[in-house]
Amino acid sequence: MKLFIQSIRQTILWTIIAGVAYPLVMTGFAQLLFHKQANGSLIERNGQIVGSELIAQQFTGDKYFWPRPSAGSYATVPSGASNLGPTSQALQSNVTANATAFRTGNKLAADAPVPADMVFTSASGLDPHISPESARLQVARVAATRGIAEEQVGALVEKFVEPPQWGILGEARVNVLELNLALDELQPKKAEGSVLVKG
Amino acid sequence: MNANEVIQLFLYFGLLIGLTPPIGGFMARVFEGKRTLLSGILGPVEKWIYRLSGVKADEEMSWKRYFGAVLIFNVVGIIAVMALEMTQTWHPLTLNPQKFPNVPWALALNTAISFITNTNWQAYSGENTMSYLTQMAGLAVHNFLSAATGIAILVCFARGLKRATSKSLGSFWVDVTRTTLYVLLPFSVIVTIVLVSQGVVQNFKPYTDARLVEAYTTQVPKTDDRGQPVNGPDGKPVMVAQRVETQSIPSGPAASQIAIKQLGTNGGGFYGQNSAHPFENPTPFSNFVEMFGLIILAASLVYAFGTLVGDHRHAWVLFGVMLALLVGAFTLAWWAETRPNPVVGNVLPLLEGKEQRFGVMNSVLFGVATTGTSCGAVNSMHDSFTPLAGLAPLWNLMLGCIAFGGVGAGLYGIMMHVLIAVFIAGLMVGRTPEYLGKKVQAWEATWAVVAILIPNFLILIESAIACSAPAGLSSLNNQGPHGLSEIFYAYASCANNNGSAFAGLNANTNFYNLTLGATMFLGRFGVAFAVLAIAGGFAAKKTISVSQGTLPTNGLTFACVLFGVILIVAALTFFPAMCLGPIVEHGLMLAGRVF
Repeated sequence: MKLFIQSIRQTILWTIIAGVAYPLVMTGFAQLLFHKQANGSLIERNGQIVGSELIAQQFTGDKYFWPRPSAGSYATVPSGASNLGPTSQALQSNVTANATAFRTGNKLAADAPVPADMVFTSASGLDPHISPESARLQVARVAATRGIAEEQVGALVEKFVEPPQWGILGEARVNVLELNLALDELQPKKAEGSVLVKG
Repeated sequence: MNANEVIQLFLYFGLLIGLTPPIGGFMARVFEGKRTLLSGILGPVEKWIYRLSGVKADEEMSWKRYFGAVLIFNVVGIIAVMALEMTQTWHPLTLNPQKFPNVPWALALNTAISFITNTNWQAYSGENTMSYLTQMAGLAVHNFLSAATGIAILVCFARGLKRATSKSLGSFWVDVTRTTLYVLLPFSVIVTIVLVSQGVVQNFKPYTDARLVEAYTTQVPKTDDRGQPVNGPDGKPVMVAQRVETQSIPSGPAASQIAIKQLGTNGGGFYGQNSAHPFENPTPFSNFVEMFGLIILAASLVYAFGTLVGDHRHAWVLFGVMLALLVGAFTLAWWAETRPNPVVGNVLPLLEGKEQRFGVMNSVLFGVATTGTSCGAVNSMHDSFTPLAGLAPLWNLMLGCIAFGGVGAGLYGIMMHVLIAVFIAGLMVGRTPEYLGKKVQAWEATWAVVAILIPNFLILIESAIACSAPAGLSSLNNQGPHGLSEIFYAYASCANNNGSAFAGLNANTNFYNLTLGATMFLGRFGVAFAVLAIAGGFAAKKTISVSQGTLPTNGLTFACVLFGVILIVAALTFFPAMCLGPIVEHGLMLAGRVF
């Protein structure tokens, strides 16, 4: 009985310390020191929140760079992965379909290799990045659709290539949403395109 | 293998070995009740906690009472978490801004047991199920307390070895309080700040609706007035086009929970996709911190144990064996995951279920470290690993998550193997086996065997039931041998309180919620009982001095015997199952077979 009462008191105390005080104090520090990050690294354009640096958005139009395929169709609540095993028939057909779509969309040869990140779905379903190689392969399509010189779009891509962090950690990558937003800045969109921006 | 990957590995293991002695030394001082750097600030808090909870700090417990405290405290915790989960409708709006409904009882029970037992198996996604209040005041609290419970049991075990002809083994309340206050909370504060700096969210805001840069149209099932799907004449749901113009961006007090999720080897994600979610693990650096966080306290505990029992060389032998197991599993997994898979046309790197910013090496290292410890957080989907790369985490689980183990739990887990090793070696040389000055007799050997067999028994029996019950098979996401691996992985993960998953398995059914819930509970408290029973047995004995017939437990010979015992026990138990799952799948994959 004594243990039971001590258990209840300990549980209440720790709920207050670790369950209320700790997250509140941490939120205070986080908001003070890293305001932007603590609130989801949101991106504003024309006074409107258009996304988060860290969360992928679906892009299918030819004038934008495409993100990695998402098993959860880029849903955020919740997001999801395919969880398909290495001998899954569904995985096999998805990979083939994704590769074909990427080749067709970018007018690549029928046997051109497609970077792995564009045929395999990500773990979060919201991977904001693609490999630099995948970005480069999309330059011609984006440039042609927008009527901009390939060199100009290519240079923009190179500007957005992030090397491994501090030269060591992780992999090189390109943030698709940030790149696409910069792309829209590169050439102000024509009247019919602006509908999507303003909403 | 490129230079960067090798540098990252050296950095990881180098820091691990380098920081283990200072942190372990600090932890030992905390467990021994000595003053530390933080005593000035936290000392008064500690005293207040004892006063308010009616605990006398010098009131010690017998091993039975210690176990009683562990059990009652944790059952109270299960009830508290369930109460929070099942009353979400009435939580204040600021702490449940998405207005999540009450969690159904079977899922609530499963989740409560899961977080209490340090398993953190999740049959739900946090971002669409749990209110902020449930996450912070329920789940996060038990991230701390379950870790502290594991460490307390280990400290109690060390006392049993150190004390002679004694009945008392310290106070569970003091061990939990000091561990949480001086070790877990301070480290969590540091890790939280680092994670937020990298982009992990920490706020109490409702989800943000962002205006999509490129709106799109998608097909969704048509619903009637009551929200029921409408079926067409052909019996299939009628699809209608829907314009999607916004994206709901999740929020919440995530960083503070993720910090302790890693440090306490809990592993229960704030978001469903765990450390693969960009808000939970946004950069390669945050990934490094999380991978390091999930192992450093577990590794440091080995050193702390050495300090407590007064034998650092023995601690380094244990450390070495654990490290060898971990590096072995990693080597296998990394090799396997960088081979081409003919099923998908030999495309490399294999990024299915992996994030671009981490790549293959960091995904495999995380996967092996998270299962070698009992963390269970994931930054990639183990279900999509190639068969042998998926075998490595499964193997880690089947060994009982002992490299370096869950905080506390891993070390007392390997202790059971140590006792078996000492016992076998003692019998071979015809002397009474001894361990650190204590005779290992029938009582200790029996309970050590029980502790090893409980999880193994649970894994094999329950997997067999799941494989033969329609309710077990209907949850599978993959067919063929991979389906067996999914079931196996689930029970191995829960019995050893790991919590990672071959996540294709739909575990949110009553069948899995209840059987896995029972598995987690028995795996945790069955083993804890056996460990404390041994601690009680040791404490009651005299300490005998080292003689010619004593097998030294601080040399290479002992390391080899221990390594052998661990491998033989696990291999004999699980080799047939491994053959039917990952090993046969590997062969089929190379032949290009699909299911």
